[in-house]
Amino acid sequence: MSQNPASVPEVTVRNLTMAYGDFVLQRNLSFQINRGDIFVVMGGSGCGKSTLMRHLIGLNDPVEGEILYGDESFTRAEPERRERMLRGVGVLYQSGALWSSMTLAENVGLVLGEFTDLGPDEIRDVASLKLALVGLKGFEDFYPSEISGGMQKRAGLARAMSLDPKMLFIDEPSAGLDPISSRLLDDLILELRDSLGTTVVVVTHELASIFAIGNNSVFLDAESRTMIAQGPPTELRDHSDNPKVRSFLHRGEHQVMGSENG
Amino acid sequence: MTAVESIGTAAIEHRQDGALVIRLAGSWQLRGSRPSLAGLERELDTLPPLGTVAFDTSELTEWDSGLLTAVAMVFESCTRRRLNVDRSGLPEGVRRLLALAEAVPEKTDARTSEMEVPFLNRVGSIYLSAYDSVSEMLAFMGAVTLVFGKFLAGKARYRKSDLLLLVQQAGLEALAIVAIVSFLMGLILAFVGAIQLQAFGATIYVADLVGIAMVRDMGALMTGIIMAGRTGAAYAAQLGSMKVTQEIDALATSGVSPMEFLVLPRVIALVLMMPLLTVYADFVGILGGAVVGLTMLDLSPLTYYQQTVNALSFGALAGGVFKGSVYGALVAVSGCMRGMQSGRSASSVGDAATSAVVTGIVAIIAACGLFSVVFYILGF
Repeated sequence: MSQNPASVPEVTVRNLTMAYGDFVLQRNLSFQINRGDIFVVMGGSGCGKSTLMRHLIGLNDPVEGEILYGDESFTRAEPERRERMLRGVGVLYQSGALWSSMTLAENVGLVLGEFTDLGPDEIRDVASLKLALVGLKGFEDFYPSEISGGMQKRAGLARAMSLDPKMLFIDEPSAGLDPISSRLLDDLILELRDSLGTTVVVVTHELASIFAIGNNSVFLDAESRTMIAQGPPTELRDHSDNPKVRSFLHRGEHQVMGSENG
Repeated sequence: MTAVESIGTAAIEHRQDGALVIRLAGSWQLRGSRPSLAGLERELDTLPPLGTVAFDTSELTEWDSGLLTAVAMVFESCTRRRLNVDRSGLPEGVRRLLALAEAVPEKTDARTSEMEVPFLNRVGSIYLSAYDSVSEMLAFMGAVTLVFGKFLAGKARYRKSDLLLLVQQAGLEALAIVAIVSFLMGLILAFVGAIQLQAFGATIYVADLVGIAMVRDMGALMTGIIMAGRTGAAYAAQLGSMKVTQEIDALATSGVSPMEFLVLPRVIALVLMMPLLTVYADFVGILGGAVVGLTMLDLSPLTYYQQTVNALSFGALAGGVFKGSVYGALVAVSGCMRGMQSGRSASSVGDAATSAVVTGIVAIIAACGLFSVVFYILGF
């Protein structure tokens, strides 16, 4: 594996088991997300990708195993400590999840007001800047219901970036977006990583996106209920010894690529 | 062109080589009439194992899913009986579609089987869920109390503008419905009382009856029930749909507590507005009683007023107002709790609203009974 010796672990998952009641969704997940990675969580529908993200940001608690932020346990942290750890984290939800009773500027500005000493005017300026970054300059006073789904998603990204997080979690960035918007979002994610050094965790099954941005990944399988591959997506596509992974990454088009192609 | 009725027919015959031939003719469409293939099952039973079933569709004119479903059923019956199916007689399109339907094998454990749950089992699980529901309510009330403590210490995070809007929705906008219901309530109380009291020639006591009933209990009770249906349901629906759109998750991961940001202002709004609405309902109810007193019983306005004022005490009014704010808290807590517990689908938001109203009304009635006993013992 292309393990960079200088890589610093941002999130470490150890032997994680996720379940809803008696139903085990995934078990024995162990992987590491390094600083500056664009880490892709992939797999077929219903394999637990989004649930894994919910675990990583503390919305669900693991049945077994542990999640570490840096070298500190996130799973075992006290609620106050956890909240503090999450302050370095931005989340973009699948449908944007903008707060519908607030304008876009208020959406972006809410956490700024909570966790910084900025005055109302400064908050507004920062919010405008973040909205401009995602191409929504001039939409400050719009309500989420007044803009399109793609714009809501971009506004959600602006909100996720409001505190300049070290880490960004993104659930299905391209779901419901047209190809161009989806490509623009990918470019934005790359730009964030390159300019701010943000670590990005992306949950997706969109192949174009996976190859365009991902430099590391984990593949969850619904049938065996565990991870069956990890590593850079392009490497998995060309060299994975698991036919399921290769088939997924080729859209099922090259059913069998013998190792002689290798 | 006359309306052609679409009719499909099926006939079964045995071929020389022992194969069973199903002859499908006419138009096999979902909208038309198609014969049932039930008789076919018996014919299939007569075939020896590994016998062959073939199709003849040379006289078939039109077909759609009606034919596909029937043929698929035949395939299944044949597979069960280990018969061979000769598909060559079927139209090309039918063969291709059926091949597509068979491409992925049936997931065997996916179909939920209806299980007969024993009676005692059901009683047990109903008891357990009622028990859980009470402990959930207590836990939620505890959480609300903690947040309330933070609010009193001035450390709670919520938006003033949200609170003002909620106060307006729970207070000002409820005036009309509260007025209508309490006015009629007073009217009915007076009317029922008047008929009984007329027998004793004591009609003047209608004023006492209406005044005391409204101020002590009915004003707060009716307002509480109205608010459960009006505002409690609204809270559950608002929070439930925020759950569906992940807005509540987004608050939590942003480090803003949904309890402070969403639940607290709603509880405060109702707890603040309910006492005012209760006083208002008391007043309008007494007015309703006065209408009966003045028109039906020919009492003079001054006498009625004097009689009412003498019947009421400050203690009764304060008790009623206190009850009102407790009912308000109960309605707000059950509305918010059901909303926060809502699942992530449209129907679960509806369920949340329904159960918010039920929980709210049950809680109000239970509290009302408790108050009656406690106030009696305290000698109010």
